[in-house]
Amino acid sequence: MAAPKKGRKAPGAPGRPGRALALMTIVILALVGGMFASGHTTPRLGIDLAGGTSITLKAQNEPGQPNAINKTNMDTAVGIMERRVNGMGVSESEVQTQGNDNIIVNIPKGTNSQQARDQVGTTAKLYFRPVLAVTQGAPLPDPGKTPAPNPSATGKDQPAAKDPKDKGTASPTAPPTSTATSQGRAVTDALKAPTPTPNPTGGTSGTPDPQKTPPPAQDPATAKLEKAFAALDCNDPKQREKAGDGFKPSETTIGCGQSPDGKSWDKYILGPAELEGTDVKKASGTFDTQRALWKVDMEFTKAGSDKFAKTTAKLMKQQSPMNQFGIVLDGNVVSAPSVSSVLSGNAEITGSFNQESAQELGNILSYGSLPLTFKEETVTTVTPALGSDQLEAGLIAGAIGLVLVVIYLVVYYRGLSFVALLSLLVSGIMTYTIMALLGPAIGFALNLPAVCGAIVAIGITADSFIVYFERIRDEIREGRTLRPAVERAWPRARRTILVSDFVSLLSAVVLYIVTVGKVQGFAFTLGLTTLLDVVVVFLFTKPLMTLLASKTKFFGNGHKWSGLDPKRLGVQPPLRRTRRVSTPTEPKEA
Amino acid sequence: MSRLGNIGAKLYRGEVGYDFVKNRMIWYGISVLITVLALAGLGFKGLNMGIEFQGGALFTTPPTSVSVQQAKEDAEEASGHDAIVQKLGNGTLRIQVGGLDTSTASPVTKKLAEDLNVPADKINTELVGPSWGAQIANKAWTGLAVFMVLVVVYLALAFEWRMAVAALIALIHDLTITVGVYALVGFEVTPGTVIGLLTILGYSLYDTVVVFDGLKEGGKDITKQSRYTYSEIANRSLNATLVRSINTTVVALLPVAGLLFIGGGVLGAGMLNDISLSLFVGLAAGAYSSIFIATPLVADLKEREPQMKALKKRILAKRAAEAKSESGDGSDDPQDAVPAAAGVVGQRPGRGRPTQGKRR
Repeated sequence: MAAPKKGRKAPGAPGRPGRALALMTIVILALVGGMFASGHTTPRLGIDLAGGTSITLKAQNEPGQPNAINKTNMDTAVGIMERRVNGMGVSESEVQTQGNDNIIVNIPKGTNSQQARDQVGTTAKLYFRPVLAVTQGAPLPDPGKTPAPNPSATGKDQPAAKDPKDKGTASPTAPPTSTATSQGRAVTDALKAPTPTPNPTGGTSGTPDPQKTPPPAQDPATAKLEKAFAALDCNDPKQREKAGDGFKPSETTIGCGQSPDGKSWDKYILGPAELEGTDVKKASGTFDTQRALWKVDMEFTKAGSDKFAKTTAKLMKQQSPMNQFGIVLDGNVVSAPSVSSVLSGNAEITGSFNQESAQELGNILSYGSLPLTFKEETVTTVTPALGSDQLEAGLIAGAIGLVLVVIYLVVYYRGLSFVALLSLLVSGIMTYTIMALLGPAIGFALNLPAVCGAIVAIGITADSFIVYFERIRDEIREGRTLRPAVERAWPRARRTILVSDFVSLLSAVVLYIVTVGKVQGFAFTLGLTTLLDVVVVFLFTKPLMTLLASKTKFFGNGHKWSGLDPKRLGVQPPLRRTRRVSTPTEPKEA
Repeated sequence: MSRLGNIGAKLYRGEVGYDFVKNRMIWYGISVLITVLALAGLGFKGLNMGIEFQGGALFTTPPTSVSVQQAKEDAEEASGHDAIVQKLGNGTLRIQVGGLDTSTASPVTKKLAEDLNVPADKINTELVGPSWGAQIANKAWTGLAVFMVLVVVYLALAFEWRMAVAALIALIHDLTITVGVYALVGFEVTPGTVIGLLTILGYSLYDTVVVFDGLKEGGKDITKQSRYTYSEIANRSLNATLVRSINTTVVALLPVAGLLFIGGGVLGAGMLNDISLSLFVGLAAGAYSSIFIATPLVADLKEREPQMKALKKRILAKRAAEAKSESGDGSDDPQDAVPAAAGVVGQRPGRGRPTQGKRR
């Protein structure tokens, strides 16, 4: 509150009203111009106004991992979810964290919300399954036929350890890290043999024996599996995503994985899960100094080690491709190393990792793909019809509120209301343009609570004018003429406005930081409008008042419709005042 | 309006006024009564928590001719849980079903759509897990606590700790009353309500701060004069800003009233309604408390200061002497220096004189 002191030293100084107004004009022109230039002339609308589905997911605390919910994991989760949603071919969806442990997924209208929920909400599961058959990704011409291995795919059965980014979504736009250079993963034990033990050499590349690949079609379940496998088209992202759906970990299943060259897709028949994500105790991306490459080290739990040893012992005796095991994540075969020796305790996945991707995969594996388990907290589906209804209602409510305020101001402040209305207009234009610009800039979306916040803010903004006007009127009641009154009133009004706006801003900021969901949108608008209120009062209302008081007769002379007419304000003739002096004993206090 | 302007002038000069500080015990009493009622309502009746706090599903259908009764039966059959069905103004049905999980609610949507003969993708759904409300409430409490601490610190720095304490008490007062009204009337508590409630935080204080600002200015150099006690100064500041307080409240309430009208009248229920309802109650309580509670509290606290006690003693002694010499209406109420009967309160320092005989 240092400002008022300065003001008091020069109570009559009118400042440079022209300069402030010019600055304000430039700011407004820049905002409006910027808005049109950016092409976003309307604020981005939230799901509740535009229609669509909004899903709130909350990370669940898991026993034994008290610190699992942290920024890194939340960001990883957001990344995975984003890729999943985008894998559906949905554009303009957004996934963002909110608060410490929430993720909001907004999917615009026209999307299958159920599908979106299925993909986004489920925690991706990690399984190690023996490979029973592998073939190229396209559906087989004859569904009844047993899957025939594709020569092109069999030549190199070194499934790639792909960039973990593919993991969740198996997005067709695989990052360059999973290219033909992918060396399948070599799985070693902890002994760090100089050469990765299970060498996926050309020797294993023989075409899988068609006779033994497909499980014998004996029972309905197997028949169903065969049919599904034959029909599966791994080149179709949607099918890829759904490939393993409906199969339990204990069942034989099908899945897709990127072929080692990173350009096409292979499909697999996979045996029941031998190990799962929970058997991995820890995984981390590390740099192998000897081989100068990034890899992902996995450490199994005790039970996991036993299972892994058993599985590898079994697999090493098999022929390719049945000596491979698939690392299946979210139903997708991430990697399918072949095994040539018994392994336990530790394993590593190598491939064309870079630091980031290795660490990300390590992180993902440590927690079983999605780093955290998420639970759906809210799912809101708003039809476009209701959205536009709500938007309309909000706008009507705002209009009604504004009209009421305007009527009140005009009736009460008369000519002064002109200043107030212009200021409200300026404030409104700035709020609107900034909201429109914040859409593309920071992803701000106007939702219903934000509209409410803006409407409530009309009151706060108008109050600043009221504080100032009342101060001016008080000065006039002190017997001052308008020009000095306008200047003398300012320092006092300014302090009041700053103090009260600060409190308002404080509440908005606290609300914004600590709350989630709808409350945030409200707090944001409230904070924004409070800030703009200060700007408008300082750079517009006050200079305008100064100008009007000095340049116009209407205000300057206190016309009776100006709202500043001394008579109407009850300024009494000096005579009457002095007459009432009755106790002249006290000297006037300082 | 010139009449109001005149009243404003008279209030400003202290020619008319209401002695808020003198009569504070009445207002304290009323507030205590309302607060006790609010707490009793909260304790005995409890809050009517919406599905957002309990978990469940909220379906909103497009305008339909299906009757409420029919829809209720359909919804209960489809979900296996009790359903609350409302028909809104434009013919849409609002169906609340408690106890549904986010995952179990999806089939219900489909079934409901079939039963009500509307396309499933035209039904708005809001599925809320049971812990969501608790989360929102938790965050709201955290926000409340953080905000209160910050605001007390800020007000203590910008003004003084007594004002901070008084503002805080007024704030708690407003929140209690608002929550109490919700409990007593049985309005549904939704996240919208919480938003409204949290906004009251800022707004109630906003109002109080403006009054305090005037009070701080009025109380400046108070010890250098011996005309008015702190209570009188406080009361005068209050009266001087009364017009502004009224205007502020009216201007703040008008848009909220617009929201309430539209939210209640057109949409029937929902976010707009919930926010504006709690805002409306809270703002009204806030305006009341900043005038009737916060300032008198500051005066009470201030009068305990040794300086202020000395000042008051001095003034009372002087007034007694004056009263004797004028054989005026010496009063024996030492607590409050200004009588309320005539509605006259102290005046601005350096301006007009006190009305004769109204002083002790």
